[in-house]
Amino acid sequence: MVKYTLKRFGLMLLTLFIITTVTFFLVRMLPGTPLANEEKLPAEIREQILQQYGLKDPLYIQYFKFMGHLVQGDLGMSLSQNGRSVNELLSDRIGPSAIIGFQGILIGIVIGLLLGIAAALKRGTWVDSLASATAVFGVSIPNFVLAGLLSYWIGVKFGWLPPALWGGYEYTILPSLSLSVYVIAQVSRYIRTEMVEVLDQDYIRTAKAKGLAWRKIITGHALRNAMIPAVTVLGPLTVNILTGSLVVENIFGVPGIGNLFVESIMVNDYTTVLGTTIFYSILFLGVTFIVDVLYGVIDPRIRISGAKE
Amino acid sequence: MKPILEVSDLHVTFRSEHHEVKAIRGVDFTIHEGEVVAFVGESGSGKSVTFQSIMRLLPQPPANIDKGTILYNGRDITKISETEMQKIRGKEIAMIFQDPMTSLNPTIRVGKQIAESLMKHQKVTYQEAKDRAVELLKMVGIPSPSERVNQYPHQFSGGMRQRAMIAMALACSPKLLIADEPTTALDVTIQAQIIDLLKDLQTDTGSSIVFITHDLGVVAEIADRVAVMYAGKIVETGTLDEIFYNPRHPYTWGLLASMPRLDQTRDQDLASIPGSPPSLVNPPVGCPFTARCPYAMKICQEQMPETTKASDSHQVACWLQHPDSPKVENPIVSRR
Repeated sequence: MVKYTLKRFGLMLLTLFIITTVTFFLVRMLPGTPLANEEKLPAEIREQILQQYGLKDPLYIQYFKFMGHLVQGDLGMSLSQNGRSVNELLSDRIGPSAIIGFQGILIGIVIGLLLGIAAALKRGTWVDSLASATAVFGVSIPNFVLAGLLSYWIGVKFGWLPPALWGGYEYTILPSLSLSVYVIAQVSRYIRTEMVEVLDQDYIRTAKAKGLAWRKIITGHALRNAMIPAVTVLGPLTVNILTGSLVVENIFGVPGIGNLFVESIMVNDYTTVLGTTIFYSILFLGVTFIVDVLYGVIDPRIRISGAKE
Repeated sequence: MKPILEVSDLHVTFRSEHHEVKAIRGVDFTIHEGEVVAFVGESGSGKSVTFQSIMRLLPQPPANIDKGTILYNGRDITKISETEMQKIRGKEIAMIFQDPMTSLNPTIRVGKQIAESLMKHQKVTYQEAKDRAVELLKMVGIPSPSERVNQYPHQFSGGMRQRAMIAMALACSPKLLIADEPTTALDVTIQAQIIDLLKDLQTDTGSSIVFITHDLGVVAEIADRVAVMYAGKIVETGTLDEIFYNPRHPYTWGLLASMPRLDQTRDQDLASIPGSPPSLVNPPVGCPFTARCPYAMKICQEQMPETTKASDSHQVACWLQHPDSPKVENPIVSRR
């Protein structure tokens, strides 16, 4: 188990290294320079700025310098925001992103679970049809459309919630909802399929023969077993939340990392683009790692066979 | 002996959009206190369905009890609510299933699976229930029970799992234990151990046991009485001796003749009953065994035979019992 974990960890670092390297060179191929919008600057000042940020060095030197700092956890200075480091920018922006991302996943998992369980228990009834309609709807409607609709109807037309921007708690609701719909769709579909299968198992009959109440059988015996395969989707769901946040944060004007990412791409802020990419990669790799560990926690058979190795 | 379970005229049908399967077609029997009754018959004869419908374990729909009464201690349990039924399941009537590999929940510790039943029916705390689970595991012969109680089913061998299932079923000292092919999925040496265990427990607790099996060797080991089922009906019922040494129904003859014997030589083929049971989508009007019966007459096809008494305890549903029928001798040599 320890050996396996270490190997997984090594692979994670390698993946991160490749992502960083590729991104480093890719952003340099973007048209324009970080100074594109400041062309009116006198030539010597431009030279001076480029010099100051180390952009005059040959590309490979810049690469090694960047990697050297990265190893120490330093993502460098932002090219667009005067005198601020990328680390600072990220830590400033992480709050709003974390709130809407976390709420989005939470709402998605809770509603998805309930919907999936209800659909499995009421197979072939209107509940089941409603759940599968929701799933199709959630998977097929892009979240920029959904975010726009929510902002317009609930925010502008009805005025129930603020349509955009960032303030008190009420500002988090619409962005979180926009992010959660895809999660609801995926989780409910998975849970429904697994529940239907689990409910057919012999051990459910055993539980029933013991005289347990139906509710207890569902929560105590069926759900845990149904959740094992559903844990797999947590990885892809996180990715979806991350990519979704790029769009959703921009539509609602949430000052989060997704917003920062898009802004920095537009102004060719190389270091910030790189820093954000690295941040996202670490988050994603971390989640997949945790999912693998979670497997063992939920299913004792995996835990034990792993330990014997 | 006091009757504990009286079933009469039980009809169970599985309905889907396209067809109906009449799985149980009028079954009557009585189980008395402290007796072991074996239900035998080939796959699909309705042995398991009978008892699963008594326990209301079959999903409804598709399964449905169309007709019949099921008296448990004199009370008709077809009429009671699901909540009432939950108080009977596990506490009054408990069940052991065929496959101990799949009948235990893989993600819950064995001790907890046993404790659940106790907590539900005897309102004890988790700790008390768990202590009792250790005693139960010890009672069914599981070594180092206090460690085993915290293990998961996959850490148990097949025989151990079936012992754990038995411990689970006996947790609340049920008055009736239904063992649905408890030894079929186990290898032969383990089978013998499980049967011995059930026999010992039966002697100790005095509960009644229904033993569903298609293995007549097992029946001879454990049963007081035997009911032979075929195509959703009980075709013959009697004491163990009556069924083994004085069988009356040609199907029972066939079953007994199909038992492999030790004195058989290598070049003798194993006996079997040719053909297969009728489809229960459109069950035959007459005796369902007609198509496979070497003694079938015209009437067998047209009308279901009445149940006739060969003795007070021995009943047969076969036209050969009719006084006007030709006399057919039991072709099997019965030996003690």
